[in-house]
Amino acid sequence: MGRFIIRRVVGMLVVMFAVSVLTFLIFNVIPNGNPADRMAGKNSTPVQIAAIEKEWGFDKSLPVQYVTTMEKVFTGDLVSYYTQTDVVEEIIRGVPRTFALAIGAALLWFAMGTALGLYTAIRSGRWSDTLVTVLALIGVSMPVFWLGALASYYLGFKLGLFPNGGYSEIGRDGLWEWVKHMILPWCVLATLFIGVYSRVLRSNVLDTINDDYVRTARAKGLSERRVMIHHVLRNSLIPIVTLWGLDFGAVLGGGAILTETVFDLQGVGQYFAESIDTLDVPPVLAVTLFGAFFIVLLNTLVDIVYAALDPRIRLS
Amino acid sequence: MSIADSSVQPDLSPVLDDGGQAEAAPAPGISPWELAVRRLKRNKPALIFGALFFLLGALALAAPLWAQVADTTPAKNHLSDTIVVNGKSEQVVTFDGVPIGPTFQKKFFLGADSNGRDVAVRLLYGARNSLFIGITAGIITAFLAVLLGTLAGYFRGWTDAIISRSLDVMWAFPVLLLGVALGVSLALGGLQIGPLSISGNSKWIPTLIIGVVSVVYLARPIRGQVLSLREKEFIEAARAHGAGPLKIMFTELLPNLASTILVFFPLLVANAILLEAALSFLGAGVQPPEPSWGTMLANGVELLSTAPHLTIVPGLMLVLTVLALNVFGDGVRDARDPRAKVRLEH
Repeated sequence: MGRFIIRRVVGMLVVMFAVSVLTFLIFNVIPNGNPADRMAGKNSTPVQIAAIEKEWGFDKSLPVQYVTTMEKVFTGDLVSYYTQTDVVEEIIRGVPRTFALAIGAALLWFAMGTALGLYTAIRSGRWSDTLVTVLALIGVSMPVFWLGALASYYLGFKLGLFPNGGYSEIGRDGLWEWVKHMILPWCVLATLFIGVYSRVLRSNVLDTINDDYVRTARAKGLSERRVMIHHVLRNSLIPIVTLWGLDFGAVLGGGAILTETVFDLQGVGQYFAESIDTLDVPPVLAVTLFGAFFIVLLNTLVDIVYAALDPRIRLS
Repeated sequence: MSIADSSVQPDLSPVLDDGGQAEAAPAPGISPWELAVRRLKRNKPALIFGALFFLLGALALAAPLWAQVADTTPAKNHLSDTIVVNGKSEQVVTFDGVPIGPTFQKKFFLGADSNGRDVAVRLLYGARNSLFIGITAGIITAFLAVLLGTLAGYFRGWTDAIISRSLDVMWAFPVLLLGVALGVSLALGGLQIGPLSISGNSKWIPTLIIGVVSVVYLARPIRGQVLSLREKEFIEAARAHGAGPLKIMFTELLPNLASTILVFFPLLVANAILLEAALSFLGAGVQPPEPSWGTMLANGVELLSTAPHLTIVPGLMLVLTVLALNVFGDGVRDARDPRAKVRLEH
C-alpha cells in the first residue's frame, strides 16, 4: 500500500508540472503579440514598451520566464499585470467562498441523490425509473448560469425570498445571513448532479438487491430496514463515493466558475473570469494551477481509497 | 465475455462491456443492429425527442426564410423604429433602453434586444451557429478520440504511454478554465496552423477548442475497447492473413467501434452546445455581433430585470435542444446495450 501511494503521489506531481508548463505556453505562445504591447496601452512609445518588457522579464527566453513565474507562484510574489495586486492573496481571499459553495453543494447533491436513489429503488417500477431519468436528463441539459440567473432574479429579487447574489462573511453578519446567501447557489449547483446520482445509485441498488448475501441477511431474520441500509446501501455506495470525489474535485477546481459569477460570490472562479478579459496571465495561470491541483488531488485520493478497499487494484 | 459468445458473433461483440454480462444471443436472422433499431422503435420518448432535434435543425436551416418574413437581418438595428402592436404604435426600444417584448406577429415575433435587433431572427441564426459548433466539435472529438484511442490501444508500449499520459494531463485540466483560457488567447490573435489561418472572431475557434478539450471523454473508453478487441480471434485471423496494422484498424477495429461512437455522439454534441454557451457567457466563445445561443444568453442575463425574454427565450431553446439530444442519446444507448453505463462528465 505504501508503494502504491508513493507511485500515485509522484504521478500527481508529474501531471501538475505538465499542467503548469502547458498553461504557461498557452498564454505565452498562442496570443500573437507581446504582452508588454497590451499592457502599455494604445498610445505607447517603443521606449515605454521596452521598459515594461525589461521590468516584467518578457525579453528573457521562455524557459527562464517559466522558472521565474513558478518561483513567484510558490513564494507568493506573483502580481497581476494590470492591477499590480498580489495574486496569491486574491486567491486566498476567494478560497473560503469557493469552498463554501463547493462543499455545501456537494453535500446537498450527495444526500439528495442518495435518498432519492434509494427511495426509487425500493419503490422500483416504471414511474420511479421515469422520475430519476427525467431528473437526471434535466440536470445535464441545463446551462447552470441560466438556471442561476433565473433563480437569483425571480426567487431572490422579485419574490425577495433570498438575497440577490453576493457573499456574506460569517464573522461579520452571522451564520444565518451566510446560509441565506448560499442556499440558492448550493441548490442551483446541486441540481446538475442530483438526478445523475440518484439514477446511478438506483441501478446499483437494484443490481445488488438480488445478491446472495442480501438473501442471507434476510434469511437470518434481519429487519428490512437493516438489510437495506447495512447490506445493500453500503455496497451500492462505493461507486457513488468515487463519482462524488471526482465531481467534487472538478467543482472545486473551476467547475463552479459559472455559479460563482452568476451569484457574484467573488470566489476563485470569478477571479479567473474577471482576469481573463484582460488576458492577465499571472492570475489566470495561478487559478488554473489551483484548479488542476484539486482535480488531481481528488483523483489521487479516490484511487488510494479504492486501492485500500480492493487489493487487486494495488497490485496491477 | 465468454469464448462461446465471441465465436458465435465474432465481429459484433457487445460494446461498452459491463463486466462480463454478455447480451442474450439474438434470435436467428436478426443482427444486433436490427435488434437495436427494434428496441429504439419501441422507445417512444427517444423517437419523439430525436424528431424534435431534427425539427430544430430544420428551423435553423430555414432562418433566412423567417428573416425575409420579418424583413430584417440578424445584425440589423431597429433602434429608432416603431411598430404597430394591437393597433397601438410602440417603439422597438424605448428611450430608457428597454426593448420590446414578444409581439407574436411577423416583425419582432419574440421581441427585440437592446440594440433593436429581431430576437426571433437572431435565435434562428444563432441556432445555426450553436448547432454548427455542437455537431462539428462532436465530429472533431470523435475523430481525434478514435485516432488516439486506436493508436494507443493497438500499438500499446510507448505509443500508449505517451498518449495515455497526455490524456491524464488533459484530464487534470479544469475543462472550463482551459476552454476559456484558449478561447480568449485565440480570439486575440487568431490561429495559424501551417497554411491555414483562422481569424480571431471566427466560429471555428470555439469549435476547435470544444472539439479538442472533449477528447478525453471518448478516447479513454475507445482505448479500453481496442485493448480488449485486439486480443480477439478475428484480429488474429486478419493478422494471419497478412493484414497490416492500418488495414486491421480500418476494416476490423473501426466497424467494432462504430456503435460506441454512435452512442457517444449525441451526448458529445449536447455537451458541446452547453460548453459553447458557457464559453460565450464568459466572453471566450462566439464573438459578437455573430449570434449564438450562448452570446444571446450572455447579453440577456445582464438585462434580466428589464427584458426577461432575452434570457428566457434563448435559454429555453438551448435546454430543449440539449434535452432532445440527451433523451435521444439515452434511447440509442439503451437500444444498443440496455445494461451499459455511459456517462459524460460536465
